[in-house]
Amino acid sequence: MGLNQPAAADDSTEISAASSNVLLTRLSELVNWGRTRSLWPMPFGTACCAIEFMATAASRFDLARFGMERQAFSPRQADVLICAGRLPYKLAPVIRRIWDQMPQPKWAISMGACASSGGIFDTYAMVQGIDTIIPVDVYVPGCPPRPEGLLYAIMLLQKKIAGERLSDTELRREQIVGPDGLFLPPARIDELAEPFGNSVHQTRSA
Amino acid sequence: MSGADSAAALKARFGAAVTRVWESCGDTIVHVAGVRAHEILAWLRDDPTQRFDYLTDITCVDYRDIERPLEVCYQLRSLARKSDLRVKIELDKAQPLEVDSVYDLWKGADWVEREAFDMFGVAFRGHPDLRRILMWETFAEGYPLRKDFPLRGRFTRAEQTRQALGVNPEAHYSFEELGIAETWADLPADVQARLARGERGKVG
Repeated sequence: MGLNQPAAADDSTEISAASSNVLLTRLSELVNWGRTRSLWPMPFGTACCAIEFMATAASRFDLARFGMERQAFSPRQADVLICAGRLPYKLAPVIRRIWDQMPQPKWAISMGACASSGGIFDTYAMVQGIDTIIPVDVYVPGCPPRPEGLLYAIMLLQKKIAGERLSDTELRREQIVGPDGLFLPPARIDELAEPFGNSVHQTRSA
Repeated sequence: MSGADSAAALKARFGAAVTRVWESCGDTIVHVAGVRAHEILAWLRDDPTQRFDYLTDITCVDYRDIERPLEVCYQLRSLARKSDLRVKIELDKAQPLEVDSVYDLWKGADWVEREAFDMFGVAFRGHPDLRRILMWETFAEGYPLRKDFPLRGRFTRAEQTRQALGVNPEAHYSFEELGIAETWADLPADVQARLARGERGKVG
């Protein structure tokens, strides 16, 4: 068979070539497949957790394996907000503003004990869990978490995104704050922020 | 001339205004009367035998014993003589907590006096810009490092969250602080309007 001569027509070859170029799936699965593999993180690093975040992004643990090659230092081009470190009340309006500036679809990871619950800082100056300020998708325990912990949280988030449905408009609803500037009822914030562990031995008047 | 010699010189010059001299962990501590403190600190800075040209820190001490007065501490250092001295003023908590600012003696007193005001509520008379420096300016719960301040603050967490979110982060710094006052004419109209309103968030 000469090189410049077309191959003999073969029906079975044509059929198999055509079928290998067709993929049947649901649109939401295709979109979610794309979203899970191109999460651009917005690092909001305030404390030692940010050091672990940097280690996660560096070559040994290599965040880029998860499609997080590009760190978005602008909230306008970010998909997932990673709050790495404690959040004082002074920064509460800042993280709220950054969250509002991020376009949909967006997710949030609360990295470490302080961001998730206030941690050891059960004081007048510290937000007791960033879920009183912004909605959070995945919490990472640890003080600080190891890079593996953050990677596991990212994989969990990818799993969560893979299960989302495009028809579910509730997922993409902006958390609109009420006239009092809160998106949660005050009683819910008090409940989320109440002391636990060793903190219960403190009294409010002490 | 060591710290103890400085204390002896103070005692000789100001007599009864120096109420107590003692040593702790090798540091000389001098208690002085509040009304003459500025004069004494100025002498310590300017006298050729003292030359305490560097103000290390100003802070306060509030003791658990509510009978004890609140202390304002000045940690002085003479860079030329390699000598330290701590000067303390006792403030009766029943009276208004006021001392004279030493901003006119050491320019570095600006921020440390603001910090002492922020954390303890001591008013420094004559300070050019006495307002909170660590806590946000609408912080309404009092002075956190006072011993009578509850660790979690006075308000509920929901109220604290509400007040914190009420602060406008973009208006946190005045345009004088940002040093753009001279560029006022070049600013866009909306920025001019926002700065003119002086938005700082609201309390209550």
